[in-house]
Amino acid sequence: MNVPLWTIPALPLAGFLLNGAVALRAGARRAARASEAWRAAHPDAAHDDDHGGGDAHAAHDGHASHGSADDHGSGHGHGGAALPRGQRLFHGVVGVASCGLAAVAAFANLVPYVKASLASPEGIAPVVQHAYLWMAAGGLSVDIAFRLDPLSAMMLAFVTLVGTLIHLYSVGYMQEEEGYGRFFAYLNLFMFAMLTLVLANSLPMLFIGWEGVGLCSYLLIGYYYDKDFAVAAGKKAFVTNRVGDFGMILGIFGIISLFGTADFSFLDKARHAMVNGGSPVTVYAVCLLLFLGACGKSAQFPLYVWLPDAMAGPTPVSALIHAATMVTAGVYLVARCSAVYVLAPDAMTLVAWIGAGTAVLAATIGLAQNDIKKVLAYSTVSQLGYMFLACGVGAFGVGMFHVFTHAFFKACLFLGSGSVIMAMHHEQDMRAMGGLAPKIRQTFLTMMIATLAISGIPPLAGFFSKDQILGAAFATGHTVLYVVGLGTAGLTAFYMFRLARMTFYGPFQGTKEAEGHVHESPATMTVPLWVLATGALFAGFLGVPAALGGRNTFVRFLEPSLARVPEHEVPHSTEYLLMGLSVAVALVGIGLAWRWYGQATATSAVPSAAADAFYRKTGALGPIVANKWNVDEGIEALVLSPFRKLGTFLWRGFDALFIDGIVNASAFLVELTGDLVRFFTTGNVRNYALAFSLGVLAFALFVLVR
Amino acid sequence: MTFPFPASDLLVILPELVLTQLALGILLWATVVRKGREATLAWVSIASLAAAAVLIPVAARLSGPLPRAAFGGMLTLDRFSIFFKVLVLLATAVTILFSLKFVGTSSYPGGEYYALLLFSAVGMLFMASGTHLVSIYIALELMALSQYVLAGYFKRETKSVEAAAKYFVLGAFSSGVLLYGISLVYGAAGSLDLGDVARSLAATPRSSLLGVGIVLTASGMLFKIASAPFHVWAPDVYEGAPTPISAFFSVGPKLAAYAIFARIFFVGFGPRAGDWAPVLAASAALTMVVGNVGALLQQNVKRMLGYSSIGHAGYALLGLLAYASGTDARGENFGLWAILIYLAAYLLMTLGAFGLVVLLEAKGYATESVDDFNGLSKKNPLAAAAMLVFLLSLAGIPPTAGFVGKYFLFSAAMKAGWPSLALLAVLMSAVSLFYYFRIARAMYLVEGEGELRWREEPAVAAAVAVCVAGTLLLGILPQPFVALAKSCLLP
Repeated sequence: MNVPLWTIPALPLAGFLLNGAVALRAGARRAARASEAWRAAHPDAAHDDDHGGGDAHAAHDGHASHGSADDHGSGHGHGGAALPRGQRLFHGVVGVASCGLAAVAAFANLVPYVKASLASPEGIAPVVQHAYLWMAAGGLSVDIAFRLDPLSAMMLAFVTLVGTLIHLYSVGYMQEEEGYGRFFAYLNLFMFAMLTLVLANSLPMLFIGWEGVGLCSYLLIGYYYDKDFAVAAGKKAFVTNRVGDFGMILGIFGIISLFGTADFSFLDKARHAMVNGGSPVTVYAVCLLLFLGACGKSAQFPLYVWLPDAMAGPTPVSALIHAATMVTAGVYLVARCSAVYVLAPDAMTLVAWIGAGTAVLAATIGLAQNDIKKVLAYSTVSQLGYMFLACGVGAFGVGMFHVFTHAFFKACLFLGSGSVIMAMHHEQDMRAMGGLAPKIRQTFLTMMIATLAISGIPPLAGFFSKDQILGAAFATGHTVLYVVGLGTAGLTAFYMFRLARMTFYGPFQGTKEAEGHVHESPATMTVPLWVLATGALFAGFLGVPAALGGRNTFVRFLEPSLARVPEHEVPHSTEYLLMGLSVAVALVGIGLAWRWYGQATATSAVPSAAADAFYRKTGALGPIVANKWNVDEGIEALVLSPFRKLGTFLWRGFDALFIDGIVNASAFLVELTGDLVRFFTTGNVRNYALAFSLGVLAFALFVLVR
Repeated sequence: MTFPFPASDLLVILPELVLTQLALGILLWATVVRKGREATLAWVSIASLAAAAVLIPVAARLSGPLPRAAFGGMLTLDRFSIFFKVLVLLATAVTILFSLKFVGTSSYPGGEYYALLLFSAVGMLFMASGTHLVSIYIALELMALSQYVLAGYFKRETKSVEAAAKYFVLGAFSSGVLLYGISLVYGAAGSLDLGDVARSLAATPRSSLLGVGIVLTASGMLFKIASAPFHVWAPDVYEGAPTPISAFFSVGPKLAAYAIFARIFFVGFGPRAGDWAPVLAASAALTMVVGNVGALLQQNVKRMLGYSSIGHAGYALLGLLAYASGTDARGENFGLWAILIYLAAYLLMTLGAFGLVVLLEAKGYATESVDDFNGLSKKNPLAAAAMLVFLLSLAGIPPTAGFVGKYFLFSAAMKAGWPSLALLAVLMSAVSLFYYFRIARAMYLVEGEGELRWREEPAVAAAVAVCVAGTLLLGILPQPFVALAKSCLLP
């Protein structure tokens, strides 16, 4: 089968257009009906505010019921705001089908490519399909072109697979929402942007996808746009990402300046160190700028603050965008540009340190969170830190391997948490949960598999990828980074089993009424959970290291796309020791979590005496961790507040006095010009002829005099 | 009787010949068509324009290799002229689509109206290929005379008649200046054939006779493209003429005038570029300022678009200036193709914006204020979105045709050594945002009062849709058009 690559992003785009058009039309009709009803109910309303008032009210009506999610009954479509069944079916089918077909198109390309690539020892050349010339200026030309090489193939595989599963999951999860069509339209648009990002053959085109996923992220975080916290979270994500994109754009310009091209042929030039010596920027600066972009998108210190807040969006969004796919785009960017990064070893060291620092910072914050999605969000930030740590020590392939396995177990965890939240009627506080295991068996089993996987218990997926990252850090002599990573592995196991313990075991902590309502989710939700859990179980076997008798197929497959870094051989005996150490650390974390949060005396206010003791013993540290290391406050004090003061000064001092002065002066000038023009534009044809003659005379005199 | 030219010369003007015959036929036919059935005439007129368009490649193929001179050098068919011919035919066809209901529901007969539009188009087609000052002048007058009548076509409307009278008087005045200029050039160069003029100018030293001749010719040209200080007629005429005709005036005659402007000054007066470039530079600066500042305070949309089109004429003059300054390091002359791209963009966005004014007209006559756009986004989101595209394009915001056109023009001015004018153009573009976005603001942020006065006109809507598509296409995918424009330059 021969499917052109452009169809892969085009299919979700078509889904977006279809879903968007239908949803817009239906929404307009609903608003008209609501406004009609309002008018009927308020016959004495003044004519003047008829239009605006009616509209505002319609919007308010539509969302009042969805705001009070508690009265949704058993949650199987009895909510008042839910769409008619036929419309829901349409949106769901279009959404899932467009994404599913994209997955089919992707795999039709992937399977032969991967087979061929694995069959030849050196890999095969990338498939590049040019669509058209986008722009050309001077010596620079940018094509719209699609590229399939090992790196994009690997991204393509899990993005389409996980994307389709999450679309399917959303069919069930979002069924009570009024904005069902809007949701699927945005989700399809996201898939389009993400696939453009992955398949791009040049940095500018990658940037289109990069901004596209950012836009969709913003739209979906603010999906519940009638809630202030969702709107604020969306804005925070958008603004924080702008900081990163600022670096990203400058980085792209830097690449063009260094290599004279923006398409990925610059990687070959970088491999041969063919850098334009006369360029005003250095490789080091370019790497840092690109990394700034990656930090924004992939939530690294200090730009990670938006990701936990992004949990304000619906849970499938958190799973797809803020765990499995979009947030890994930064890692993808660094891996894609690995040939450039190896030219600037100092930049790589910085990447490694930022990654490790973020990993441990976010993991500690995760220890003290009580919102089930917040725990997972900080866990995501922490895992992304691992990936950057891997890239920073030169193990790009291993970092991408962790991207791959993480997509499965983290998406599974998020979808599982969504299932829990739905069972608990939109309760997200773990202190009100407990003892859910027998009631939602499928969710429990799949989530436990993913929890074990992320904790690094062999032979699940997380073990192989995380252990190789730690191994690479150790082998390249970054002992401090290794110790930080190892400690973070313990923290990870701790907070994940704390989550499991508080949610699934012990007595139920909520009200009796809530307990009666707990129910398992429909099949459209449990099936994706099982598929992802299967991935979490087995994905690791794609990259079994040599020490365990494997051939590390995954990393070997990626090699042609990545920079070659000198290998550091470590004796197998050392590797066994490292593996044993990390498993032991994980087990300690699990044991501790089990002990502290498993006591019978635990209540919703005080989870356990031991946990309480932990906070008391750590003195000032406990509250600080619980308050997320005061990073938000720090940013407020160091960045936002000075900027606000500067802004106030510019407003009061500069704008009001200086700029307004200029504006008023120029307005006066314009008025004067206007008077002058009006003097000639009298409407009197004689004056026009006079003006004409004067013009001719002036020009003629000019020519004669010079 | 012997024919002084080979019969194959007739093939060169085949499209013009056929269009003239068809226009005459329509004029005769109109005498027996009852009011109310005149739509047929309009469709036949559009078909005639289409026929002329189809005949252009036929003429080009049959008459021999391009460029092909005919009638002793009076006319030349080359790719440059074909570019303008296609644009002119497109503009005329769109104007007729705009006029269908506009004229159909008015109390005035439609037959002559369409015939006059076609005659005007014939004049413009000849202008595009004129290479002799006399043939150019005759073609110009054919176009202009038809237009004087069209401006006053709604003869019981005072404003329309006033516009026609002003247009006619000032047009005649400018023709006189132009003719006087041509006669002086003839006196200095001894020929009216543009090629001979160039050869003669290159061989003779500077003289004030020639200088004044060139300035007078330039004044006549600047009048036609409504450049300051010869622009004063334009706002009054655009406001007073029937809206489809205003749309036509702001596009068709300007395209044709730019064609002859470029041909006369590059081919004919090219060796004296040093003399006329400062005059054009002064006019360009003045035009950009007057057009954009003048538009700021207008309440009437047609008048505002009139001033805005003056501003755009100023931008396009930058291209002429850049061309005058010669070629760049790679031997590429960037001024003229920048104009070609800009004019194509200008045609699409201006016709589109006027099309929406046509759609919006209530009584069909000169009541269109910015307030009429209030709340359009709620009443007709598609129309508002289309208008927004045109406004963005007129203001030069990517990804629209207007941005691409301005980008190439301004960068041409930079490369040609007129950075101060390019800076002024950018500043004036910023000023233009203000008045364009008054309309955008009215459409999206102001609540409309009462019902929208909306006319159901599928023909206009289709024409507007084509303009939207073209504006976006040219903005997103400029490369093919750039390549096309680069292949249509003057020798």
